[in-house]
Amino acid sequence: MNHDKIILAHGSGGKLSNDLLKNIFLKDFTNPILEKLDDMAILNLNGVKVAFTTDSYVVNPIFFNGGDIGKLAICGTVNDLSMSGAVPKYISAAFVIEEGFPVDDLKKITGSMRKAAEEAGVEIVTGDTKVVEKGSADKIFINTAGIGLIESGIDISGSNAKVGDRVILSGTIGDHGIAIMSRREGLEFKTGLKSDCAPLNQLVQDMLQVSEKIRCLRDPTRGGLATILNEIAKQSGVSICIKEEKIPVKEGVGGACEMLGFDPLYVANEGKLIAVVDSIDAEKVLKAMKKNKYGKDSQIIGEIAESPKGKVLLKTFLGTRRIIDVLVGEQLPRIC
Amino acid sequence: MRYLSEYRDPTIAKKLIEDIKKISKKPVKFMEVCGTHTVSISKNGIRQVLPENISLLSGPGCPVCVTANGDIDKAIAIAEAPGVIFTTFGDMMKVPGSYSSLSEKSADGADIRVVYSTLDALKIAKNNPDKKVVFFAVGFETTAPTIALSILEAERQGIKNYFIYSVHKMVPPAMAALLNLGEVKLDGFICPGHVSAIIGSKPYEFIARDHKISCVIAGFEPIDILQSISMLVKQVENGEAKVEIGYKRGVSSLGNTKAQEVMKKVFEACDAEWRGIGVIPESGLSLRTNFEGFDASKIFDVDVPPTKEHLGCSCGEILRGVKLPYDCKLFGKACTPENPIGPCMVSTEGSCAAYYRYGEVVDGV
Repeated sequence: MNHDKIILAHGSGGKLSNDLLKNIFLKDFTNPILEKLDDMAILNLNGVKVAFTTDSYVVNPIFFNGGDIGKLAICGTVNDLSMSGAVPKYISAAFVIEEGFPVDDLKKITGSMRKAAEEAGVEIVTGDTKVVEKGSADKIFINTAGIGLIESGIDISGSNAKVGDRVILSGTIGDHGIAIMSRREGLEFKTGLKSDCAPLNQLVQDMLQVSEKIRCLRDPTRGGLATILNEIAKQSGVSICIKEEKIPVKEGVGGACEMLGFDPLYVANEGKLIAVVDSIDAEKVLKAMKKNKYGKDSQIIGEIAESPKGKVLLKTFLGTRRIIDVLVGEQLPRIC
Repeated sequence: MRYLSEYRDPTIAKKLIEDIKKISKKPVKFMEVCGTHTVSISKNGIRQVLPENISLLSGPGCPVCVTANGDIDKAIAIAEAPGVIFTTFGDMMKVPGSYSSLSEKSADGADIRVVYSTLDALKIAKNNPDKKVVFFAVGFETTAPTIALSILEAERQGIKNYFIYSVHKMVPPAMAALLNLGEVKLDGFICPGHVSAIIGSKPYEFIARDHKISCVIAGFEPIDILQSISMLVKQVENGEAKVEIGYKRGVSSLGNTKAQEVMKKVFEACDAEWRGIGVIPESGLSLRTNFEGFDASKIFDVDVPPTKEHLGCSCGEILRGVKLPYDCKLFGKACTPENPIGPCMVSTEGSCAAYYRYGEVVDGV
């Protein structure tokens, strides 16, 4: 069925999102920086290397266990900057607010943003507010953009993975997506699960302190671990092989995924990263990650192989292997 | 909560695989009836560890996939009727009918909402007294009791603007229909776990008794499925045909009698059309006469355009076990999960979606 209208799956972070990007946005906005399709643009401003990114947040519900839309808006942009090895510096915040939105809720959200910005060491230096008629937006949407500085010598990109490199995951997967699902109207189920929403810039700096051989960093948000690994495999022209038994999944997340028919590999995270590191430095980087509170459950989950190029393989509990594809148009609820 | 790791233990799996290889001599075809089994088999690469003489075929056990085009067309027509809020499980949103899908109609402006339970639909009806709220009742015996309960609850609360459009179906009559068609010679059925938790094991006894085909009710973890295959192989090699429960933590021989009572109170058996199979007598569930005030198929007089099948789509043969997804010329080319032509590619539990996502053969690994 060809789409002449935007459907929800176009925002899933999967194949339809890519179609939209390639067939619509890239056609009108094309330039060499954008074409790299990283989560941030790397700019050279008078000899200074700057990372620049933007993201919009439309999560429903806006308050959830482990955070809210405000914390998410700061952490998401801080993390996108951090995945280039940048030190995030300044953030903008733009709000689209539905008429009738409680001021107390707005105060809660801005308070969360302040705390998250303090923890990440960034300042919110510019912004904008729009109020729309009731029904024209769902409560509140936030857009944040950010810039960060990249030290010379750092070259981290989704296209740098090399055969033999190790793949490190910074902790359990699917926590954010399931925490959100468990609070959605009509699906409330009792769980102690918290969103993993967190700023990862310090974790990245801890890693960069111990190794100059970090090739790729990505945060597996929309589309989950599977989608991000596929992006790295395609960008670098390599194969990635991961072991199911090495991927940490909380029992509560696993159980909820069973109930909902989800695969944790595709469920969103907001405080995790994937690192591709030269095998020589992998253990050293892992050790540094485990010392940081946001990396204590880090694991080496697999390695980079030569073929099949552009594909991600999973070695299952049974020792069999299967292809892990990108997320294909599943209609998951708004998670970020 | 250790249930997940226990049923994925590589040591236990290895022993089961060795047992199967040791005792399995005859070439056999086993059909997993349930879509969740299909996904689990593909996801865990179970076909890769079985000896070559054991073939696994997928059956008509994904309720989304077996919903006929005509029923989807009627659902869409009801959803577009004035003053209607149409509610559905998410799986049905993208299934193409003859001309469109609920997802496309939602983008066109029809008020179509995904719910996670019938009680959500009931809540929407209570909160919107000026609207007619219709729930698209798709599923097997697993979900039928919850839908029956929503009808009883609507009656108790005097909610007059809640209706269901039932295309509910029962699994054993479809298994009988497949056997009567005789297109595929089966040696065993891996029977569905969730359906059996409701209906028990007795409804399958005719399969063992009249058709001499082995049946094992299985859970959904890799160990569950390997154990059920091991049990089926033992039956076949011993020349036996009986119904066994391999999923004892979820299924008893009598099933959930309370759920059965609620189902019987609200629903009665009716003829139903299954995609790829046609009309199977007494295989559907329609509301009894005393509940027909809740029956959307009687309340809404809508124009439904003539049903049209999708050219080249092999979903029907795939649902009957006659073809594998790879045998369909549209598979992975014109028909993919993001641009599905047939329902087996749309549903998360459809055979084609499972084969597409997990079933790709990887050379040299």
